[in-house]
Amino acid sequence: MEQIFFYIFAILAVASAIAVVAAKNPVHSAVYLIICFLQVAALFILLRAPFLAAAQVFIYVGAVMVLFLFAVLVLNVGKERLGEQIHHQSVIVIPAVILLLLMMGILVAKGRLTAPMGAFTEKALEKNTEVIGKMLFSKYLFPFEVVSVLLLIALIGAVALVMKEKGSQD
Amino acid sequence: MPAGKYKNMLTLTHFLILSFILFSIGVAGVLLRRNIIIVLMSLELIFNSVNISLAAFSYFMQSLSGTIFVIFNITIAAAEVAIGLAILVTVYRRRKTVYVDELDEMKG
Repeated sequence: MEQIFFYIFAILAVASAIAVVAAKNPVHSAVYLIICFLQVAALFILLRAPFLAAAQVFIYVGAVMVLFLFAVLVLNVGKERLGEQIHHQSVIVIPAVILLLLMMGILVAKGRLTAPMGAFTEKALEKNTEVIGKMLFSKYLFPFEVVSVLLLIALIGAVALVMKEKGSQD
Repeated sequence: MPAGKYKNMLTLTHFLILSFILFSIGVAGVLLRRNIIIVLMSLELIFNSVNISLAAFSYFMQSLSGTIFVIFNITIAAAEVAIGLAILVTVYRRRKTVYVDELDEMKG
């Protein structure tokens, strides 16, 4: 049963990921990316991580994609012709990517990572969000603070970059 | 793919293979497309594939450390997108192009 749902989500995720790369219109790419992110959120639920699924929907589908769509609007990039969207290094890139895929496939298939993923045995891990919150504020407090400072830096940096200089035209 | 006694179960390999496929699609997008917005979107795909494998290992090892790392990863991806799009807007204002192969002033 779980496997059926996994295959549905996985196939949709891969198909929409391919569509992101292949679409001509950047707005279509953004919509396909939203579909892909939603599938990944569903996969997080299959992995018994409901908090991650919620964060994925809020941050990626909510914040990041709105930012992308705003950028597409501001830049006013229209549809591209077929020859325009890919640049000339594709002759090297496509075999390289296929080789990468093959290499990873061999590594995974030869490995012994086929152990099944059972239920969480530890009682504490059942209350996912609560345990994550406690860990964030105890064991991982320092990385948490560092990440919050990083977000502040990103905020100030983004504003400083986009702000127009006083008196300059356009 | 897993065979034999794990036939009808969800295994770690399933998630790792999915993660690898998404990663490869993302790499292909970064290297192939000329439009810099699509390149940034492909970067997000790569981030997501890494998140899937981290969450899968977190479940496999029965430990929540992987989940915590995914949270940090999502935060850093959000910061990266904000900065990346800000740079993109500045570049477009100055150069009037979004194609990566036309932005070659720093090429030696």
